[in-house]
Amino acid sequence: MIPELGHFALILAFCMALVQGILPLVGAHRGQLAWMGIAFPAARAQFLFVAIAFACLAYAFLAKDFSVAYVAQNANSLLPAIYRFSAVWGAHEGSLLLWALILCGWTVAVTVFSRSLPLEFSSRVVGVMGLVSVGFLLFMLGTSNPFERLLPMPADGRDLNPLLQDPGLVIHPPMLYMGYVGLAVPFSFAIATLLEGRLDAAWTRWTRPWTLIAWVFLTLGIALGSWWAYYELGWGGWWFWDPVENASFMPWLIAMALIHCLAVTEKRNTFKGWSVLLAIFGFSLSLLGTFLVRSGVLVSVHAFATDPARGVFILTFLGLTVGSALLLYAWRVSNVTRRGGFDLLSRESLLLTNNVLLSVAAATILLGTLYPLLLDSLNLGKISVGPPYFNAVFIPLMMPLVFLLGIGPLTRWKKERFKVLGSRLKLAFLISVLLAGALVGLTAIPSSLMVAIGLGLAVWVTYTALQAIAARFRYGQDRWRTLRAIPLEFFGMTLAHLGVAVFVVGVTLASSQSVEQDVRLEPGGAQTLAGYEFRFDGVAETMGPNYRAQQGEIRVFRSGELVATLFPQKRIYPVQPQPMTEAAIDPGLTRDLYVALGEPLGDGAWSVRLYYKPFVRWIWLGPLLMAIGGLVAASDRRYRLIKQARRAAVLDKMPNELGLAREGAQ
Amino acid sequence: MRRRRQRMVLVALILAGVTGATALAIAAIGQNMLYFFSPTQIKAGEAPQAHNFRVGGLVVANSIQRDPDGLTVRFDVTDNLNTVTVAYRGILPDLFREGQGIVARGQLSHEGQFVAEEVLAKHDENYMPPEVHEALQTAESGGRMNAVAEDNP
Repeated sequence: MIPELGHFALILAFCMALVQGILPLVGAHRGQLAWMGIAFPAARAQFLFVAIAFACLAYAFLAKDFSVAYVAQNANSLLPAIYRFSAVWGAHEGSLLLWALILCGWTVAVTVFSRSLPLEFSSRVVGVMGLVSVGFLLFMLGTSNPFERLLPMPADGRDLNPLLQDPGLVIHPPMLYMGYVGLAVPFSFAIATLLEGRLDAAWTRWTRPWTLIAWVFLTLGIALGSWWAYYELGWGGWWFWDPVENASFMPWLIAMALIHCLAVTEKRNTFKGWSVLLAIFGFSLSLLGTFLVRSGVLVSVHAFATDPARGVFILTFLGLTVGSALLLYAWRVSNVTRRGGFDLLSRESLLLTNNVLLSVAAATILLGTLYPLLLDSLNLGKISVGPPYFNAVFIPLMMPLVFLLGIGPLTRWKKERFKVLGSRLKLAFLISVLLAGALVGLTAIPSSLMVAIGLGLAVWVTYTALQAIAARFRYGQDRWRTLRAIPLEFFGMTLAHLGVAVFVVGVTLASSQSVEQDVRLEPGGAQTLAGYEFRFDGVAETMGPNYRAQQGEIRVFRSGELVATLFPQKRIYPVQPQPMTEAAIDPGLTRDLYVALGEPLGDGAWSVRLYYKPFVRWIWLGPLLMAIGGLVAASDRRYRLIKQARRAAVLDKMPNELGLAREGAQ
Repeated sequence: MRRRRQRMVLVALILAGVTGATALAIAAIGQNMLYFFSPTQIKAGEAPQAHNFRVGGLVVANSIQRDPDGLTVRFDVTDNLNTVTVAYRGILPDLFREGQGIVARGQLSHEGQFVAEEVLAKHDENYMPPEVHEALQTAESGGRMNAVAEDNP
């Protein structure tokens, strides 16, 4: 009964999405207030129905209703309750439902926080989001109904993939989806603007916080996924350039470009067309990601069931959305662009370079991801493009980006004198070079030019970021007042840039200084790795709630002192009789010790994988700082002012004056 | 006029950057793409020597051998028509077992052994790498009447 209720709620949600997607848009076009007024209530009703559907599916999982096919395939009576709940999005159908729920959630958020927008504009935004929702709900109802019954009802379920039975996987997909789907908001704002045919500074002020928040979620989602892969897959890797990883990475890069581009549009009222285009590309890449993951064209950890009908549907949907958005852009963009002048050396041109580098990086990743598919579909051979390609292309693109990142915040808008900038940066440059040289030259660790460049860039970014803050204090009389006068947005930017520095340190050291060894260890045997002695005390059997495990015990010593006792496991889940390696990690700010069991080799001996990974935590600490920076920036005071209805309405009428006023305040 | 010239310089710089990146990408893709060959194709001499590529197929039953050091493993991979021996030093993935479809990346040695740097078995027991699936089908439709039936339902 409950599953049917869920299915019914889904159908009602689809009807509501149709209403939300059509009437407000028509109403806005014709100027009919009543039809525009439908947008908000319809969006909220749709959210309610999708939430009911989601709750029904969650209930079916928690109540172990194995008559529902999706539940039977992805849960088991022994599966702990928390994983039964996260199993809702453990496979294709349910993750689509989560996607739809999050899309509705974002729409409702728009209706709540954008009440001050002109009705015509907000109903267009909500209408466009409704149309996107129509596509996804139709997809779900047509090809991937999560409520389908399974007759006869099986006695027990097939259980969730053991890899997914992990706390990291409980939150990784929702975070990632929040980011993916969140890009639908700037997309809808962009489409609404194009439909309206005018673009003013107010548009950017409305779009920026939404883009920032979506980017924050995407950052956290990607970082969580990387962290999960690191400790769960047992390989000690943190990024594989897997096509599905790329699918989330491309929108992230574009969203980051959009954030920087919107900064120019807001402050200098230029790059408007480019902002709109980036907003369209960002969401298009999100949809492309969905297509790649859900259609089964990819060989990947993430690829769920293969079904050609699904692939065709998503590809059509993708084509329609991207095609119509780009057509609209081509038709209307001349109405919204306006050129503002700026010099070759100015913050504008530096941010433009940032955008070019990020977009080119996204394009090369797209090439590497789609090229094998293209060759395969043309029957030109089966190839795969692996990490060497992505590293060879991506790293050279990121090095100048990180270098320019140090210069940007210290450069004036519109026009900067080369000499002045040079004298401002001289010290920072000198310190970076000397410190990197000292770090590489004076320590005993084997290192290379790349290590020196990486560390030098990290110092450079850190120093210049702090210098930019310090520069704000130079003219202030009262320190406290000066501090308060600095907009939160500026602190957010600084935090995010420091996050980049932390990340660069992590990547540089973890990828160049890691030590790895696969060894055969007998009980009582030991192996020394990077100054740590790993003593193997044998393997014993233990039981978990829905698995049994061979658990090894390894004590790690350094200069005779016990550092850590690690318990790596080899688990067997009886329902899906595949073994699962559960690595044991001793985490630390400057190094991780990582141990994974291989196979039993007889006489109690095992093959064991040992890793010493310096600074690997910094790889996730960096994105965490970036995300915090994004949140701080999004909570900047002037975005909150937008909520004050009257004021925003007035501001909307005089974008130019506002732009000038802002400049004065800078 | 000065402004226009500056704009032209900017455009030229961006163009040069994008061209450079494209060249980089194309060169990198040419050097780093990995072709896939089935055991039958290797037998026919289609696979390159001294160049990395990927091979895939089913692990032949009772073909897994371990060297005394416990870490070097040799096993046969088949497309039900021909087999190739794969040598790998290290820890095999969790899902590696007899009858399972796997993909290995590495080079062909002079003795005709495939020396793998990496062995992949995917994270689902029912999952068959598409290349392996296709290689099996090609082998099956290759005209052999006595092709071994696929043991995957």
